[in-house]
Amino acid sequence: MTDRGLDRRDFLRLGLVAGPAALVAACGWDGGDLIRPKLNAISRINDWVGEHVLLSSSRPAPTYPASARSGTMPSYFISDTTPLPPDPAAWALEVGGLVRKPTRFTQPMLEALPSLSYTVKHHCVEGWTAIASWAGVPVSTVVAMVEPLPAAQYIRFDSFDRNYYNGWDLKSAMHPQTILAYAHNDQPLRPDHGAPLRVYSPIKLGYKLTKYLTRMTFTAERPGGYWEDQGYPWLGGL
Amino acid sequence: MTSSTLPPVENAESPDAPALVKRHHGLVRVAHWLNAIVLLGMIASGLQIYQAFPHFGQKGKVYPVPNPFDSGHFPSGFPEWARLGGWLAGGLQWHFALAWPFVLTGLIYLAFLVFTGEWKALLFRPRDVKPAIAMQLYYLRLRKEHPPQGKHNALQKAAYTFIVVLGALSAITGFAIYKPVQLAWLTRLLGGYELARYWHFLAVWIFIGFTLLHVALVFLVDPASLRAMLTGWYRGRFPSHD
Repeated sequence: MTDRGLDRRDFLRLGLVAGPAALVAACGWDGGDLIRPKLNAISRINDWVGEHVLLSSSRPAPTYPASARSGTMPSYFISDTTPLPPDPAAWALEVGGLVRKPTRFTQPMLEALPSLSYTVKHHCVEGWTAIASWAGVPVSTVVAMVEPLPAAQYIRFDSFDRNYYNGWDLKSAMHPQTILAYAHNDQPLRPDHGAPLRVYSPIKLGYKLTKYLTRMTFTAERPGGYWEDQGYPWLGGL
Repeated sequence: MTSSTLPPVENAESPDAPALVKRHHGLVRVAHWLNAIVLLGMIASGLQIYQAFPHFGQKGKVYPVPNPFDSGHFPSGFPEWARLGGWLAGGLQWHFALAWPFVLTGLIYLAFLVFTGEWKALLFRPRDVKPAIAMQLYYLRLRKEHPPQGKHNALQKAAYTFIVVLGALSAITGFAIYKPVQLAWLTRLLGGYELARYWHFLAVWIFIGFTLLHVALVFLVDPASLRAMLTGWYRGRFPSHD
């Protein structure tokens, strides 16, 4: 063995370190069938920490003056063309599941409820941001009206954008800035932004904000989500 | 190989057969190599995430920060071999999973340094400024003799202190863009979400630069230190351990 060099054992040890590193770095690997479930499991832990340690039920997201609005506010949907309600006149939001008073909210009913408006920063999971104004009914107002049963732990939001849906924790849904929005930048919500009604909240990533709402269902089991089922963080909390 | 260009230090016990000394505790060695692997995965998954929006700033309002990797003049993006996760969700999963060992290894390592007093051999302090200049002059061939040193010379102390700070800054900027609402005070402190994301990205290139220099110096100046980081035992030019 030389003093300065490496002996064979050292190279073997180096190989033990470098081998997995090279494997992991290779070819955009998503973990394969062996590791992907483990990554999902860790993602669940991160959701738990995000919801129970980091998330405040009342801390508001920073708000901005209307003059800070971004010039562009991208809009995404999964249908091939802008989704439109099958029968706009008959549209209503069905709120049900584990509640005492299942209710069908028509547009005039929602617009008659006290509304909240704010200008906030939108965070997309892709990494971009945009500032915009939104107005609508706090989810907490609707929750109080339907009276959830003690077993209700989650809310599932369904849409008419093909099969797009999201599952929410109650804590985020009850956050004072989480609303059912019907207006965007002082105008009625446009079809490309989720008309007639969408979820909006500055405390979650954009993909959690269900557009084209049809149903709000209280559940005991954790609902998944369109992107969440494909590997995006379930909580998506900011 | 190095003795021809860099003479052995005078305080070495015997230039012909340097003493075999225990240099790195097992915990330090495990932390070092674990960190090397985890950081590689963090960077590769981070590049995958970056690819989803290869700019800094708001949508349609790119900030005037230097970024050679803006897709405007880097349309090819990072090659597949440099990315981990396959797509955005996969990149996020890897990144947020590896963040745990990255932060925990760092904290355990720092706690070890504090409890054992090893930090004294690593932390760059004001009194290290002069020896650092002497060391730099030696590397620039403006000084003949290698300045006397303990376990690490003053420039090494500067480097190893800096890299711990960089690791902490990576974690801090990472948290600022992970939870910009719950940790709004932190995000604001870093100049807002968009800038925090930029600092986080900048740290990657400093890590890569550090690693290249670090590995080059190991082989050029003190190859025996590689064996020390693998086995814990060191037999080389700098046997003192103060």
